[in-house]
Amino acid sequence: MQPTLEVRGLKASYGPIRALHGIDFEVRQGEVVVILGANGAGKTTTIRAICQMVTTEGSIKLDGREITNRSTSEIARLGMAHVPQGRGTFPDLSVDDNLRVGAFIRKDKAGIAADRDSWFEVFPRLAERRAQLAGSLSGGEQQMLAVARALMSRPKVLLLDEPSLGLAPIIVQDLFKRLGALNTEQGITMLVVEQNANLAFEIADRAYVLEVGEIALSGTADQLRSDDAVRRAYLGY
Amino acid sequence: MGSAIATVSRARTRAGTRDRVRERLEAIGVRGLVITGGLVVVLSIIFIAMDGPGLFWKRFIDGLANGFVYGAVALALVLIYKATGIINFAQGSMAMFFTFVAWVLANEQGWPVWFAIVVAMAASAVTAAAVERVLIRPFDPSNHLPITIVTIALLSIIDGLALYIWFADQKGFPSPFPSKKGDVLTIFGARVFYAQIGIWTTVLVTTFLLTVLLNRTRIGLAFRAVSSNLESSRLVGVHVGRTLQFGWALAAAIGTLAGCLFLSSGTTQLQPLFMSQILVFAFAAATIGGLDSLVGALVGGILVGQLQTMLGGYVRFIGSDLVLAVTLGLIILVLLVRPNGLFGSKRVERV
Repeated sequence: MQPTLEVRGLKASYGPIRALHGIDFEVRQGEVVVILGANGAGKTTTIRAICQMVTTEGSIKLDGREITNRSTSEIARLGMAHVPQGRGTFPDLSVDDNLRVGAFIRKDKAGIAADRDSWFEVFPRLAERRAQLAGSLSGGEQQMLAVARALMSRPKVLLLDEPSLGLAPIIVQDLFKRLGALNTEQGITMLVVEQNANLAFEIADRAYVLEVGEIALSGTADQLRSDDAVRRAYLGY
Repeated sequence: MGSAIATVSRARTRAGTRDRVRERLEAIGVRGLVITGGLVVVLSIIFIAMDGPGLFWKRFIDGLANGFVYGAVALALVLIYKATGIINFAQGSMAMFFTFVAWVLANEQGWPVWFAIVVAMAASAVTAAAVERVLIRPFDPSNHLPITIVTIALLSIIDGLALYIWFADQKGFPSPFPSKKGDVLTIFGARVFYAQIGIWTTVLVTTFLLTVLLNRTRIGLAFRAVSSNLESSRLVGVHVGRTLQFGWALAAAIGTLAGCLFLSSGTTQLQPLFMSQILVFAFAAATIGGLDSLVGALVGGILVGQLQTMLGGYVRFIGSDLVLAVTLGLIILVLLVRPNGLFGSKRVERV
């Protein structure tokens, strides 16, 4: 079966500086794939390269369709949802409107309303605050809103750029539990880049380790978890 | 942050409710209203004490029509500022040019005035959309200075073009409102021309329609999304370019309407520079209103219109020469107290 997201020989650069030196990876339908790496390894670059937010070379296929040389918003319309690092929400829009704009590529009004209600069930905190501006939510609430917003488009793949960043440990744990549930219960395909390897392994099926712009290791979550080098470098014991 | 879960239960206590009420009040700009109100009341009392309430009321009515026009131009400026973070210095010149177009259609082609104005608005919208595509979009949207320079260049190009085509002499603009000798009401002793009522109503209706467009339609949602977070807008599949183009078109149409309205009270004649002072007052109105608030733009416009009339009328040494300077001086004072304007949202984001 062809992977949902297939990346071959991906290079990316910021002006003259090359950040990715040709990496290969894939995400199959229903999988959670994690890309681990230290600061500056190129994690965020990888995820931004997939959405053509940096200059890239190589091949990126979504459901077999080449998406390099398309614009970011075209790629979104093809079924790629992306929660960027930090603030993926629209701070000046209400929670309601954030979800509505998340479904911007869809035309089925009834389906959008039903999805919105079901996200309010998944995240009751958001329902309480549906009329509030997203910018006034707490960091954890905003991150949940960003995830719900991204999934409102019914994407083929959900990309998450360091969802744990800037959140308190207890909130991060809750968030990852919910992400895991989204995958097991709703079958949502995810690519997560993360520094927090412990948490990432809890929900990951497979993982790649990125080191200075190259894939250093790859395997199932269990294989990598028991790998000595990974343990020392990323798990800290 | 670590106590976020613990606060769930506390949020329902009275303190939590009070916080939320305060948050709501801040969101609708109550503080801005209180400050504006205070300023207005104090000045009004002083002025009424000087020459009595009758004259004050008359001057108030006089200032209102101008104020609404400043408000309308400020709306156009705010629309573009919200979406792009730049001030379109060519807004006034674009409005002036298409007010000329309306004049040509009405006066030389003999079209009904309202029809001529609507066609001119549509033409200005199409032109602005083209300008956005050709002159604005190629630039990096996050780098504001080059785009601002482009708008200043546009300003002088359009002004020059208008002078070249229509010369500098003054032309009478046909009023779209009943404006014969008897078309006047007397309200509490002040004469109110139908044209003035027409201007107020048109601007209010325009603002209402604009609010509905932005809050109730798909393109409005896209526009607000782009104004709020450009990157995430791309990531949810919004056509950012087209949405900004829509903003430029909308702003141009509103500007053209404002230009035509300003002339329809009959106090000013049409000539290629008639918008320049209006534009300065509209900048002031938009700034005082907070630059990113539509209501603020309108209230700011009315405030500036009143300041202009009242200061010119009451403070003898100011006369008509110094009005612009003193009005802007007062606005700087307001900004010293409220740097984000009266209604501007201070961007406080919780982390």
